[in-house]
Amino acid sequence: MIDRLIRRGVAPVLLALAALLPTLALAQDTPTLDTGDTAWMLVATALVLFMTLPGLALFYAGMVRAKNVLSVLMQCFAIASLMSLLWAIYGYSLAFTDGGGLNDWVGGLSKLFLAGVTVDAVSGSIPESLFMVFQMTFFIITPALIVGAFAERMKFSAMLWFMAIWGTLIYIPIAHWVWGGGWIGGMGALDFAGGTVVHINAGIAGLVAALVLGRRKGYPGTAMPPHNLGLTVVGASMLWVGWFGFNAGSELAADGTAAMAMVVTQISTATAALTWMFLEWLRHGKPSVLGIATGAIAGLVAITPASGTAGPMGAIAIGFGGAFFAFIASTMVKRSLGYDDSLDVWGVHGIAGIVGALLTGVFADASLGGAGLAEGMTIASQVWVQFVSILATLIYGGIGSFVILKVVDWTIGLRVTEEQETEGLDIAQHDERGYIL
Amino acid sequence: MKLVAAVIKPFKLDDVREALADIGVSGITVIEVKGFGRQKGHTELYRGAEYVVDFLPKIKIEIAVDDALVDKVIEAISGAARTGKIGDGKIFVFDLSHVIRIRTGETGPDAL
Repeated sequence: MIDRLIRRGVAPVLLALAALLPTLALAQDTPTLDTGDTAWMLVATALVLFMTLPGLALFYAGMVRAKNVLSVLMQCFAIASLMSLLWAIYGYSLAFTDGGGLNDWVGGLSKLFLAGVTVDAVSGSIPESLFMVFQMTFFIITPALIVGAFAERMKFSAMLWFMAIWGTLIYIPIAHWVWGGGWIGGMGALDFAGGTVVHINAGIAGLVAALVLGRRKGYPGTAMPPHNLGLTVVGASMLWVGWFGFNAGSELAADGTAAMAMVVTQISTATAALTWMFLEWLRHGKPSVLGIATGAIAGLVAITPASGTAGPMGAIAIGFGGAFFAFIASTMVKRSLGYDDSLDVWGVHGIAGIVGALLTGVFADASLGGAGLAEGMTIASQVWVQFVSILATLIYGGIGSFVILKVVDWTIGLRVTEEQETEGLDIAQHDERGYIL
Repeated sequence: MKLVAAVIKPFKLDDVREALADIGVSGITVIEVKGFGRQKGHTELYRGAEYVVDFLPKIKIEIAVDDALVDKVIEAISGAARTGKIGDGKIFVFDLSHVIRIRTGETGPDAL
């Protein structure tokens, strides 16, 4: 994403061209709006919001027990609203403007309250307002993903505080590191659509939240089966469709790279869905609906960082790898370690995100059908850069999430009471029931 | 008079109803129930989490009949509900002391 901005903006390449072709360079130097790109990005932005509302909300809602169905829908809805405002007030500025001396770490305050993001402002070949709102939808879905880890036991008020602080102190800086001109993008890490910023980031926050909040009452002895897998499949399907906006939209233009991003997204997802289905079939004797839907999500996550650089055959490998390791993490490792990441945010988004981020460095290479590595990069050096960016996200996101959760716990408390947990969050937190039959 | 109660597999309900209609039974009551016998429950698996479901869904039917019809009713139910596999169900027969048709006030076998 960022390399496109540089390419479309004041890239050194253009400066070199300017020496040769002064008149042409002048014409290209002024950002001009492309209506085709703008039309596509308007659609892509709506698709990414569609991933959260209702896609992810339904995906999660089906997996909890009937007494908590409204609580996860409500959490996703409230996060979408809260994050939108924070992004407009300061998020966009801190993530995507020049931070001066601190630019490696965080952006500046020049676009607080969307100052300067006017009707006429152009970013690349699309309106800056459109770029801003596209990024806003990423700021919405990332915290919403974390909801799955602490589902069925977190206080709604604590959830709001945690998300507001986490979005501000964790998401915004990491988005700046990778896409806003910070140090991770600067060292050449490839993260086309948000493998580190969105999925690893949400995954580690989810794992830490599951550990800090503790297990649900009765876990793992009590049966806690999903109450409506139909909703989950509908949600997963909406995520699959919406993800085209996420990945192909991250090109910020309607061009060949966007089209190829759509292709590799489809191929990786299909591979991963089948991988999970067959693994479960082999291990447990039957293919399951929850399994194939979960596999699809793992494939979508894994291809996300690679969607601008991998080729179609690379996508098969990435989808397989993402689903394989997410399967092991969610169905075997979690149960043997005993932590209650209720809806597998770490197991699916964290693990498939890490696998995808690493394989991005491999399958970007032209010899493996990719778009090609930057000059001077080998597969080994690219994978190393990917590894450093993953590690940085895990450490900063992990420790940061832990501190924020502890502070919220000391001040207002994270968990509902045992009695409320048994009653269900729908009644306890919202005075409503999901099903009145 | 007897009250015949039978717990059967849900998918056999239509066959049982037809078999009973053929021998002249004029009314049955159907209840959706859950329970276990020798068949026990089954296991469900969600992302590696295995849950044992102890109680299986079954259908319970109740038929009030005249003494003369009891053997034929038992025969009809066992014939129609049998698959030969574990979990086919059971038939219980009770003495029935009194029957009243609410609409007309008829009592005894006339009310059946």
